[in-house]
Amino acid sequence: MSQFDVTSIRAQFPILGQTVRGKDLVFLDSAASAQKPRAVIDAMVGAMETQYANIHRGLHWMSERTTEAYEAARDAAARLLNAGDRHEIVFVRNSTEGINLVAHSYGRGVLKPGQAVVISAMEHHSNIVPWQMLRDAHGTELRVAPITDAGELDMAAYEALFADGKVGLVAITHMSNVLGSYTPAERIVQIAHAHGAKVLLDGSQAVVHRKVDVRALDADFYVFTGHKLYGPTGIGVLYGKAALLEAMPPWMGGGDMISSVTYETSTWARVPHKFEAGTPAIIEGIGLEAAIRWVEAIGYDAIAAHEAELTEHALARMSAVDGLTIIGRAQDRGGVVSFTLDRAHAHDIATLLDRAGIAVRAGHHCAEPLMRRLGLESTARASFGIYTTAEEIDVLADTLTKVREFFK
Amino acid sequence: MFEDVRDLYNATILERGRRPRHMRRLEAFDATAKGDNPMCGDRVQVWVKFAEDRSIAATGFDARGCEISKAAADLMVEAVAGKTADDTKAMFAAFRTLAQTGACEDCAEALAPMQPLAAVHEYPSRVKCATLPWHALIAALDGQGASTSE
Ligand SMILES: Cc1ncc(COP(=O)(O)O)c(C=O)c1O
Repeated sequence: MSQFDVTSIRAQFPILGQTVRGKDLVFLDSAASAQKPRAVIDAMVGAMETQYANIHRGLHWMSERTTEAYEAARDAAARLLNAGDRHEIVFVRNSTEGINLVAHSYGRGVLKPGQAVVISAMEHHSNIVPWQMLRDAHGTELRVAPITDAGELDMAAYEALFADGKVGLVAITHMSNVLGSYTPAERIVQIAHAHGAKVLLDGSQAVVHRKVDVRALDADFYVFTGHKLYGPTGIGVLYGKAALLEAMPPWMGGGDMISSVTYETSTWARVPHKFEAGTPAIIEGIGLEAAIRWVEAIGYDAIAAHEAELTEHALARMSAVDGLTIIGRAQDRGGVVSFTLDRAHAHDIATLLDRAGIAVRAGHHCAEPLMRRLGLESTARASFGIYTTAEEIDVLADTLTKVREFFK
Repeated sequence: MFEDVRDLYNATILERGRRPRHMRRLEAFDATAKGDNPMCGDRVQVWVKFAEDRSIAATGFDARGCEISKAAADLMVEAVAGKTADDTKAMFAAFRTLAQTGACEDCAEALAPMQPLAAVHEYPSRVKCATLPWHALIAALDGQGASTSE
């Protein structure tokens, strides 16, 4: 598909044909979870109808075919991130689990008490809490790199955090789920590496909108979650450099992750299986593979161009709504737009928009510390996907004007 | 537009949400508690002053949140004036039923001040906005400092 044709894209999402409260669905909550194209739905249903058995240990036809289909997802994820080796892809349930895996295994197994972990002031709770737990259990320090008022990472302050040589790991978002800001991942990694620290990037949002190349970034760990990338829930990816994964202890024990077991001791399977205890999310893996292939077929150039146009349109239209303030003005940003209205609280905005068939999110977006940094309790947030249209943004902006009138 | 939300965003709720009458911290109080809805970030604090007979002599609140939670807190202050702790708990149980189902047999009279919120059951994601101040009030009466509408 060379030319981006949003109508034909939309036609591939059965749910977009639904009406909500008698109105056409205007779905502007893709940053929370994206809708699923027919290709993903069919792949999952098809697997269950024609080709399903437990994987990795069966000696029969169904198991072999299912193993192949599931393992194709590992190849797809490796391709998507441009990983050097498919064994660097660990399947997890979601981004949260990927981050917890690193915090647990790399954190307790490799980092030393007294070393510091750096996060930023615009992290999702899933990239804050695991590091607090590591701090409390293991005696690491937790440092927070500040952001500017525009919602960009303060790079000078970030670099200053390394001065005492204690930082062992940086865990920072690649794109904020509240402000839409991208972080300068390449610089983040360069600075960390120059000070001997490893870097985990939370790509939950970024991977949906931009081509990610973990080798060009030289990222040590990279996580994303399938359900935001037009794939199913229950499957996510942790990329880790092979040498790092090899050096890390497993974090959950069970079937599939061992090489041999006696009552006295066990030896671990190779990476990545060492980290994949128990029967995995087989159908979801197959769905993720389909989602990745679907995204690749459209191409990140086309996706990024479409979304850049939408974001520019949204910023212009929404800024023109009286009393509306856009939260976050980063130079390098994507299609996640948080805002407040002078006369209406975010929840009231969301409820009224919902009655007009428009789905947005309202609240702290799992980023309470960021809200506090911004001096806010909550924002409303419109976020765009591959299927979002300029007309939907016009409907949003026009309806927001009416919401404000309603609360006069 | 939005005519269909007037069941919840009726004149009383809009007025109480915008200009609450009882949104103030009590200078002298016997009990206080905070309420927190971690799902959405709404926060409320309630202060209570008891009369000699331990009934509620005065209630004040501070709320950071939506129209629904502020209006609910404001109406609650009037609903519980002069009530004992046990009465208040029974009212909360009744109000919860009202907020979740839209109907509450036998509680129409005691809950009359809360009736403007009856339509909140049509808005499931907003029920906790309406009950949050009650959670805080009950926590204050029970001598607990904090509560949640989770
Ligand atoms: C930036 C960011 N990190 C992490 C997550 C957590 O994703 P999940 O809930 O799928 O683990 C999200 C999603 O809400 C997110 O936006």
